[in-house]
Amino acid sequence: MSKVFEFVKTLLVENMQIDESKINMDANIIEDLGADSLDIMDIVNDIEKEFNVTIPQDQYENLRTVGDVVNFVEDKLGK
Amino acid sequence: MKRVVITGQGVLSPIGNNIDDYYKNLINGVSGVDYITKFDASSMKVKIAGEIKDFKPEDVLTRREIRRSDIVTQYAMVTADEAIKGSELDLENEDSDRIGVIVATGIGGANTWEQQHQVLLNESGDRVSPFFVPMMIINSVSAYVSIKFGLKGPNFSIVSACASSGHAIADAYNQIILDNADVMICGGSEAAITKLCFSGFIALQALSTRNDVPQKASRPFDADRDGFIMAEGAGMLVLESYEHAKKRGANILAEIIGYGYNGDAYHITAPVETGDGAAKCMELAVKRSKKKMEDVQYINAHGTSTKLNDQMETKAIKTAFNDHADNLLISSTKSMTGHLLGATSAIEAIATILAIKNGIVPPTINQEKKDPECDLNYVPNEAIKKDIDFALSNSFGFGGHNVCLAFSKFNG
Repeated sequence: MSKVFEFVKTLLVENMQIDESKINMDANIIEDLGADSLDIMDIVNDIEKEFNVTIPQDQYENLRTVGDVVNFVEDKLGK
Repeated sequence: MKRVVITGQGVLSPIGNNIDDYYKNLINGVSGVDYITKFDASSMKVKIAGEIKDFKPEDVLTRREIRRSDIVTQYAMVTADEAIKGSELDLENEDSDRIGVIVATGIGGANTWEQQHQVLLNESGDRVSPFFVPMMIINSVSAYVSIKFGLKGPNFSIVSACASSGHAIADAYNQIILDNADVMICGGSEAAITKLCFSGFIALQALSTRNDVPQKASRPFDADRDGFIMAEGAGMLVLESYEHAKKRGANILAEIIGYGYNGDAYHITAPVETGDGAAKCMELAVKRSKKKMEDVQYINAHGTSTKLNDQMETKAIKTAFNDHADNLLISSTKSMTGHLLGATSAIEAIATILAIKNGIVPPTINQEKKDPECDLNYVPNEAIKKDIDFALSNSFGFGGHNVCLAFSKFNG
């Protein structure tokens, strides 16, 4: 799995105590993993810092699954 | 009128992280004051405080709850947990609309403020955490306690500096008297031993500079006292209407039968020197309790260990009680715990309730040299066994906020 996925997974496990086995590219962050809007902003904050990218606020609603987040960041990184 | 009883208590203090340890150290005269470990205080004028030791929030809180809350809120949730467990309330089967929460803090999420301000200065505003605001606002302490335990009754926080948690307890009592709730979780929390807050209190010249012997620095009413010791922690009570407690067969620890509160209208940091505000406040508490001044046996004093407070409070007690002042047992448990600011009234209410329940009055330690201006019986250095039926607990906050809580033995 990609470095971005591993980082997002670590955030979800460490910050939110989400069971690692539930985390895959298709998992909906709010509905499947029990996050709320504050968690999403917190995760975005950490991702932006780690990968030196900016995720504009108007993109948040498109980031529903773990895969949405990973793909968005990887696109930004030009992979 | 309804009667209000105490059925649960929780505490985090420099002399114990639960009620049993707190009580044991209170009656044994153990000081919790020591050198500051939370930040490097080596170059500061004051290097000592009453810190919480070995705090393990993960015993009660999830990692997510810890990550999303300031330590002041974690202290509140952990002590609420102890209080609720002790009360044996079965929250699953209680009407959650009838259980409220009033938790106070004098300062709020100071650690979060300072950390996030560093983020702003060192990184940028874009990097400030989305949790910053919900973590630092003062009412978080009440909000998180209600969220964690699912309590949907009256819910707010109260701020009156070092009287904050006294007002919280008095107002929780009111909520039950007014029939807004059957049960109230109430008290206070404080976690303001941060470099900025500490520097502010040093600048006010409010703190003791007795850095060489930390355990002797908090010495209320002693002639050589030179300021208070900043401390942290939380105290939480479960108040309950007597009918509700009786119906579920609860273990009743004591009864809260009144309170007084008023304001000095004098100065933003100094108490009015005559002690008139404090005297009136104690009189109000006794009057509301439908007792006589002569019925009071014990006062847990505000007793901060500052020159001004301890003289003023002594004068106030003499004004309020006249000749009976000499019969009173008066102790300042701050001599052991230091001053927990917004949480102080709550942990001292607990000390008062424990004195009533167990018939042992905790001492004022570090009594070595008599101050001629402070000449009452402060229970010097050793606890005293005495059956207590009626006791008061005083708290006075910067700004002239006075509160006095009145507790009695539960006599059926």
